[in-house]
Amino acid sequence: MSKFLPLSQAVGENLGNGDVVAFEGFTHLIPHAAAHEAIRQGFKDLTLLRMTPDIIYDQMIGMGMAKKVIFSYAGNPGVGLLRRMRDAIENAYPRGIETVEHSHSAMAQAYEAGASGLPLALFRGYKGADLPKVNPDIRFIACPYTGEQLAAVPAHRPDVTFIHAQKANQKGDVLIEGIIGVQKEAALAAGRVVVTVEEVVPSFRGLHPNLCILPHWTIDAIAVVPGGAHPSYTHGYYERDNAAYLEWDRISADRDLFAGWIRENVLGKTPDAFADRVKGLRQ
Amino acid sequence: MTDFTPNEMMTIAAARQLSNDDVCFVGIGAPSAACNVARLTHAPDITLIYESGTIGTAPDVLPLSIGDGELCETALATVSVPEMFRYWLMGGRISIGFLGAAQLDRFGNINTTVIGDYHHPKVRLPGGGGAPEIATSCGEIYITLKQAQRAMVERIDFYTSFGHGDGGDHRQRLGLTTRGPTLLITDLAIWRPDSESKEFVVRSLHRGVTRDMVQDTCGWTVRFSDDLEETPPPTAEELGTLRDLQARTAAAHAGARRAA
Repeated sequence: MSKFLPLSQAVGENLGNGDVVAFEGFTHLIPHAAAHEAIRQGFKDLTLLRMTPDIIYDQMIGMGMAKKVIFSYAGNPGVGLLRRMRDAIENAYPRGIETVEHSHSAMAQAYEAGASGLPLALFRGYKGADLPKVNPDIRFIACPYTGEQLAAVPAHRPDVTFIHAQKANQKGDVLIEGIIGVQKEAALAAGRVVVTVEEVVPSFRGLHPNLCILPHWTIDAIAVVPGGAHPSYTHGYYERDNAAYLEWDRISADRDLFAGWIRENVLGKTPDAFADRVKGLRQ
Repeated sequence: MTDFTPNEMMTIAAARQLSNDDVCFVGIGAPSAACNVARLTHAPDITLIYESGTIGTAPDVLPLSIGDGELCETALATVSVPEMFRYWLMGGRISIGFLGAAQLDRFGNINTTVIGDYHHPKVRLPGGGGAPEIATSCGEIYITLKQAQRAMVERIDFYTSFGHGDGGDHRQRLGLTTRGPTLLITDLAIWRPDSESKEFVVRSLHRGVTRDMVQDTCGWTVRFSDDLEETPPPTAEELGTLRDLQARTAAAHAGARRAA
């Protein structure tokens, strides 16, 4: 049952050291504010789960919070490589991390399997690819009806999933629209769900009946953080800050520059900072 | 005819290969530019699909990422990512997958995962994303990349996505029923696979390009078609469309609207 909490409390009560955690968002609605709160609270030994670990996982890995990353595309979207994650993989800085790598199709369907309560996802995939040679979680089983060899991967069941959404109503139901990505599946696959939202409205009455809604009884905590997806975007509220993604390439290329940026923009700030960051990007 | 750069020729040559009837799964970067030039010139009804779930999108500027808001706002429909990969890609509803590559071999096998050993890489690249299944589920695959010795190699370090494997009937032996790579467009030439060996063969050189230029920027011994053609240079309309698109894109991504 969802409770409205300050972000610090929502994160503190639901995330723990050693957890398997997903901060999901497929380019859109990336929960930056929640990730920054996790950095401030200094969690350790996390297994980070995400299709597209981008800037927020680069930041968490750069701060030494992750022991393992399960992913399918580790890039700064449209810009290039994730330099803190590369430093961890190539040079074990600030610590080594284990990587478990999949394709997007596998990751998306593993979340769907988790949300469905199934132990595995089954699909036509990975044929001729090298990932099954380096990821023992990828197996193949024969269809009992046709004999076709199908790929299998274990379902994702994160301890906790964080997502960002447009709005909640006063009851704590949550509405997501635009590029909805894999957030519904990631939320329903998780043991606990924390949502940051742009705003709270009295009710969802009068909205289109097919909008993507997570009922209040599927959510543990909601924190209201306007701008909480920046520099990602929130459809209908503010645009993607493409310049910030380009700038991250420069900041993340240097260990000291990165540490200074985190001190100034994460450790020395509160969730309120996000509202200011999107002022010039509002629609 | 105005002057054009090799990259412009590459994008325009790729755009020409697309038609109104195509349903195209679009990779970011050069493929995205080519697909949108096609849409803005001779193929206004082409269906462009990005893996973020946007179906039938018509962006005014090129997206920086596969999930830019512009893609959703101009799309016919936006579906979840699991639905995209299950119903639309695995379901066999996409005719062309358009991919880029960090490393490519002569059989159209692609590496975007690592340079060097997987567990101790020299360079850790972003990885496959949707590509492993795009490469096997789309009706056929077009590849576009800028020629360089380090990109076009004798052996790729990692099979991120499968092309024709070792060549010949390797796809059929794996049970794949789709055609795999049927076209490679570089900044210097247009290549198509040999019908038997499946090795890429140069069919057309872009204007001003010599055989030596193609060979010098390619890590395997290049085969040239017996009836080698010259790629028609870009028309004024094609070039104007591409340049306008890139100018709008540059302005949007520089944060122009933010400063306003």
